[in-house]
Amino acid sequence: MRRVLAILGAVLCLAAASDPADRLPDPAQEARARELFREVRCMVCQNESIDDSNAELAGDLRRLVRDEIKAGKTDEQVRAHLTGRYGEFVLLKPAFSWGNAVLWGAPFVVVILGLLLLFQSFRNRPADEELTPEEAKRLDGLSRD
Amino acid sequence: MIVEIGSFSLALALALSLAQALLAGVARIRRSVVLAGAGQGAAIGAFAGLVVAFAALMYAFVTSDFSVSNVAANSHTAKPLLYRVAGTWGSHEGSMLLWCLALTGCGAAVAAVGRDLPAGLKTLTISVQGLLGVVFLAYTVFASNPFVRLAQPPIEGRSLNPLLQDPALAFHPPMLYLGYVGMSVVFSFAVAALIEGRVDAAWARWVRPWTLAAWSALTVGITLGAFWAYYELGWGGWWFWDPVENASFMPWLIATALLHSAIVTEKRGAMSGWTVFLALAAFTFSMLGAFLVRSGVLTSVHAFAVDPTRGVLLLAILGVTAGAGFALFAWRAPALKRGGVFAPVSRESALVLNNILLAAATATVLLGTLYPLMREAATGEAISVGPPFFNLTFTPLMAALAILLPAGPLLAWKRADAQGVMQRLWVAALIAAACGLAAFALISPRKAFASVGVAMGAWLVIGALVEIGERTRAFRTSAAESWRRLIGLPRGAWGMTLAHLGLGVFVLGACFETGWKMEAAEALPVGGRLNLGEYHLVLDEVRGLEGPNYDAERGQLRAFKGDKQICAPTPERRLYPTGGQTTSEVAICTLGVNHLYVVLGERRPTTGAPVWLVRAYWNPWALLIFIGPGIMALGGVVSLSDRRLRLAAGRKAEAAA
Repeated sequence: MRRVLAILGAVLCLAAASDPADRLPDPAQEARARELFREVRCMVCQNESIDDSNAELAGDLRRLVRDEIKAGKTDEQVRAHLTGRYGEFVLLKPAFSWGNAVLWGAPFVVVILGLLLLFQSFRNRPADEELTPEEAKRLDGLSRD
Repeated sequence: MIVEIGSFSLALALALSLAQALLAGVARIRRSVVLAGAGQGAAIGAFAGLVVAFAALMYAFVTSDFSVSNVAANSHTAKPLLYRVAGTWGSHEGSMLLWCLALTGCGAAVAAVGRDLPAGLKTLTISVQGLLGVVFLAYTVFASNPFVRLAQPPIEGRSLNPLLQDPALAFHPPMLYLGYVGMSVVFSFAVAALIEGRVDAAWARWVRPWTLAAWSALTVGITLGAFWAYYELGWGGWWFWDPVENASFMPWLIATALLHSAIVTEKRGAMSGWTVFLALAAFTFSMLGAFLVRSGVLTSVHAFAVDPTRGVLLLAILGVTAGAGFALFAWRAPALKRGGVFAPVSRESALVLNNILLAAATATVLLGTLYPLMREAATGEAISVGPPFFNLTFTPLMAALAILLPAGPLLAWKRADAQGVMQRLWVAALIAAACGLAAFALISPRKAFASVGVAMGAWLVIGALVEIGERTRAFRTSAAESWRRLIGLPRGAWGMTLAHLGLGVFVLGACFETGWKMEAAEALPVGGRLNLGEYHLVLDEVRGLEGPNYDAERGQLRAFKGDKQICAPTPERRLYPTGGQTTSEVAICTLGVNHLYVVLGERRPTTGAPVWLVRAYWNPWALLIFIGPGIMALGGVVSLSDRRLRLAAGRKAEAAA
């Protein structure tokens, strides 16, 4: 059962990022800001991006991102600014760094390991062409029920 | 008085579970039929005790007996009856009781229904299930007893969080728990088989219906949860990759892998070690989920009241139970018989690939959930792993799975004809590609990824239909003959087709919704207009309203497409005075498979006429996101009703083997 914390109740309903009062006048810049919001964590909230959260800090961060974009910074510069100020914790997408190699590499390692095991099983025991008499008998039994 | 009976029954159930574990264990050693029967009786008795205990707690909730601390903390007299009933499992203590109810229920079911299991395997399974019961019941009785009384009962309760007062969420936990705890039987079967040293086709046949039942319940439970998040949280999302969502998703992924590997073990006698491993892993992930949600080690939007002592105890339970299971596996698995060789192109290979991809997906979700903890413990640096990570890792794995899926059921066992399968699927591939191209060309704005997703969904749906067509030889024989074959298809085959079809429907909905959703928000005065693509909304009035345990503002809007009115949404904003919380009741207009999703926000204190913040989303094909998993779960249930699974499969297969 998911017991929602009281915080969420307060945060809930609204509006957060789409509040018309804060929007940037240029729709292209606003769209970029919204993309970035989804990658930035509201650090006092439980596990929300600043795009969803209504907390005060999320509002401040949104203002900061919008101001930077308005000032002509690139997405990369905005991200760098945020991590410089709040650490890597602020980004919902972990950096591709050696420290995170385990995290990013694990899915591929599991797939490669699995495939190696599969190929190994083919190499060691080539599939035989014919059914052994035992197998034929068993197949017969299975198809009868 | 009734509460004391409940408390007593709970303690009795603990004693009976202990008796069940010991009696059945000794019965297996001495091969005693009498003791085995006594063990079964104890299993049924433990379940009966839990039923009484659960009913007693429910009674306390329904009658608002605030002398019970759990009721005082989680209920309120003004709450509607449904939510007073649902309050029974709305708290940590109550939900542990529900967990134990399901756990002993499963034990009783094995005792009562499993007549055709080999006697030794059955007795051992009941014994292991009894041990699990002892562990969890002891935890409930001693560390989170829901029947604790208060010396000075309050006059009014503190009420259940209003966000949880919702029909979907009232039934979400019972379904989820059936799924989680259903895996306990699979775990017990695996342990029993390892002790017996035999994992064969008969064993796999016995494990499959339990896995299927648990998997179906889990599918429904997760979908209800996602649906609740979708319409209750009010920002239109349905999956957030939140640690608690991940906690319920991992057992599902493992159970899905297990369903597929158990088929290989049943039909071909191969992969038996891996199947046992998955059977142990499924319940391990269920317990991990219980630990993550209740211990507070992870930050999540939804976690139970955090209590470190309980967390440590749950971690100990997880460690001991899973540790014992996997240690036994490490010791006994090498002795398991290996069987069933197969060629690189064969159905076995396809199912192995399915398992590799699902295992990798589970590993991804597990690491994504726990990595921030590990990194912080190791280096002291805090990092976040959020949706962007899962989109980049989990999604490609699932895409690979989706591409392979339609070929799987068409491949023959042992050695398959790759060319023949391609011949049967190229039309499906062509249609799917055409769907993707059409989506890319016709829908604005152009979205390449979403279009690929549409192609993939279409590929899954058409692939499932091709498979049915193959089985019935549609268009290659007379219509009457095809019809006869269609009617004669075993339910298991229908189940598989439905499940694969449901996945396709889900993929279509998820990709379409994510790719082409539109959003608009405006502060509207009465009579104001909000534009949303080719639609627009007009706010007609906002009225005050009094609910049973809340006050609300209700907006009356009209939605138009061009000049035509398409619906009249009435979103609400509710204030629950008991906890001082505000929630929003979203208005969703279902138009075909699309959702027009309207949220009423706060009143803005402006000078002059008041304005309300109104947000609206156009969520195209959103309905499919929830229908798809529904079809998958239906597939599970249909498959479960197959005669071959209901009948005395165990004994017959044993005779044949």
